Amino acid sequence: MSVHSFQEHFDSLIDRDVTIEPKDWMPDDYRKTLIRQISQHAHSEIIGMLPEGNWITRAPSLRRKAVLLAKVQDEAGHGLYLYSAAETLGISRDEMYNQLHTGKAKYSSIFNYPTLTWADMGAIGWLVDGAAIMNQVPLCRTSYGPYARAMVRVCKEESFHQRQGFEIMLTLSKGTEIQRKLAQDAFNRWWWPSLMMFGPPDAESPNTEQSVRWRIKRFTNDELRQKFVDVTVEQARVLGLEMPDKDIKWNEERGHYDFGKINWSEFYNVVKGNGPCNKQRIEARRKAWDEGKWVRDAAMAHAEKRKARQSEVKAA
Amino acid sequence: MNLAYTLRLADDALIIGHRLSEWCGHGPILEQDIALTNTALDHLGRARSLCQYAAAQYNAATAEEKKNSFSSVAIQQLTEAGKELTEDDIAYLRDGWDYRNLLLLEQPNIDWAFTVARAFYYDTFNYYFFTHLKNSSDSTLAAIAEKSLKEVTYHLRWSSEWVVRLGDGTDESHNRMQQAINELWQYTGEQFVMNDADNEAASTGVGVNLAEILPLWTARIAEILQEATLSMPPAGSWMQQGGKEGRHTEHLGYILAEMQHMQRTYPGMEW
Repeated sequence: MSVHSFQEHFDSLIDRDVTIEPKDWMPDDYRKTLIRQISQHAHSEIIGMLPEGNWITRAPSLRRKAVLLAKVQDEAGHGLYLYSAAETLGISRDEMYNQLHTGKAKYSSIFNYPTLTWADMGAIGWLVDGAAIMNQVPLCRTSYGPYARAMVRVCKEESFHQRQGFEIMLTLSKGTEIQRKLAQDAFNRWWWPSLMMFGPPDAESPNTEQSVRWRIKRFTNDELRQKFVDVTVEQARVLGLEMPDKDIKWNEERGHYDFGKINWSEFYNVVKGNGPCNKQRIEARRKAWDEGKWVRDAAMAHAEKRKARQSEVKAA
Repeated sequence: MNLAYTLRLADDALIIGHRLSEWCGHGPILEQDIALTNTALDHLGRARSLCQYAAAQYNAATAEEKKNSFSSVAIQQLTEAGKELTEDDIAYLRDGWDYRNLLLLEQPNIDWAFTVARAFYYDTFNYYFFTHLKNSSDSTLAAIAEKSLKEVTYHLRWSSEWVVRLGDGTDESHNRMQQAINELWQYTGEQFVMNDADNEAASTGVGVNLAEILPLWTARIAEILQEATLSMPPAGSWMQQGGKEGRHTEHLGYILAEMQHMQRTYPGMEW
């Protein structure tokens, strides 16, 4: 087949909603876009362990501690599936880590915000995982097979995470006055960053059109953001919390909630590295990696010694 | 009543679970981060079962027994108000001198070698301990032991493999592993000390005679250290003790300050 006919074959698979598999021919830009997106997603899971990990040793009950620990462990598992999916595109995990540690690769900027109170564990589960699910459910049908299959597993666990976050918020909102105050304070701090999780407005999102064509993306940033606002307003009502945006208003004509202006300059600054915890997050990962080097070296050396001994036995 | 004995086991599980959970998100290898968190969850699960059982025994005790059980002001206040204790009250409202865990388990993680050595000493102990405890005349403790034994068998395999891997890995890993084995050795003797609670529990068929476990533990430790090309610390060296009596190292206070922060700051709330 000529390059031209390879391209036609690829296009026809995309058009017929057939998945692309690792050994199929794919355009270079498709491969690059996927590596960028999947590795960013994997990094987000790994960096995302840190703000919640911050409360594991301080969880207010043994049950909450066990659930939180299991949740953060799930995130490590998600990172693992996603790194593996990205590896099928011809990049190694070490190289992806290197891109993360040197600041070349991005991750979801929401994790650059601090977790200041226990209520943040509720708000993260409810809002951040809620927003992540909206982004991720369509990816279960994304065109690249290994990514789509990884996302099926990820989404199942994420919906459990979201429920546990909502349940923390519900318990707080039914609790004492100070607990309701904790819940409202966390909601106020996490609301706007959660809206930013869907990425820049469509007009400023240069990759959207091509990604929709490739079925790497199924909905635009603004479509998903609107859906998230509509759902969350109703949930906040159940919790008895006040929306942290005075411009929230039902728009009969659109059939959606209108909402206030997002501070995009804050968003771009956090992406650029000026968020409250950007440096601490990367530093924590780099420290774990650097201090783990002797452990990884030892495991490798031991495996080689074993292999050598086994072949000696065989030879004898 | 086997409250003192139950609490000792609960505190061991809670404190080692806490220490291991500190690694979550900071492990040297992603797969190992997941594995160690699994183990932390096993210990935490056992801690919950035992704290629930301890709370039930306390709630069923006489007023006099209750008065002598804990030094905690918060627990005394709950009891005076006629409230029953929960697993969380047991974990979050006692101060260090009411904690009965082994000194070994509160020692800090320091690095992967210290974490592995601490786990190796304790997992080996646990393996033989729960093998015996599953025949306990106390059916709750027997059931917890039976469930734990499955988990502990895996923990022991995990920590033994890491001792061998690090001992027989690179020069650096060998030295670090030997140092961790040597420095934590002083905390291993306490595992076998029979105090009043141990003697009473052993005499009624509830608990384990720790003297029976010591030779099994020693043989297994020696076998793995040899495979790991590491040397065994000398027998008869001085052993620290006190944890079983509520006299701890300085580390426990900080663990509790962190762990109990929410319950102490916002008392009496549902979470």
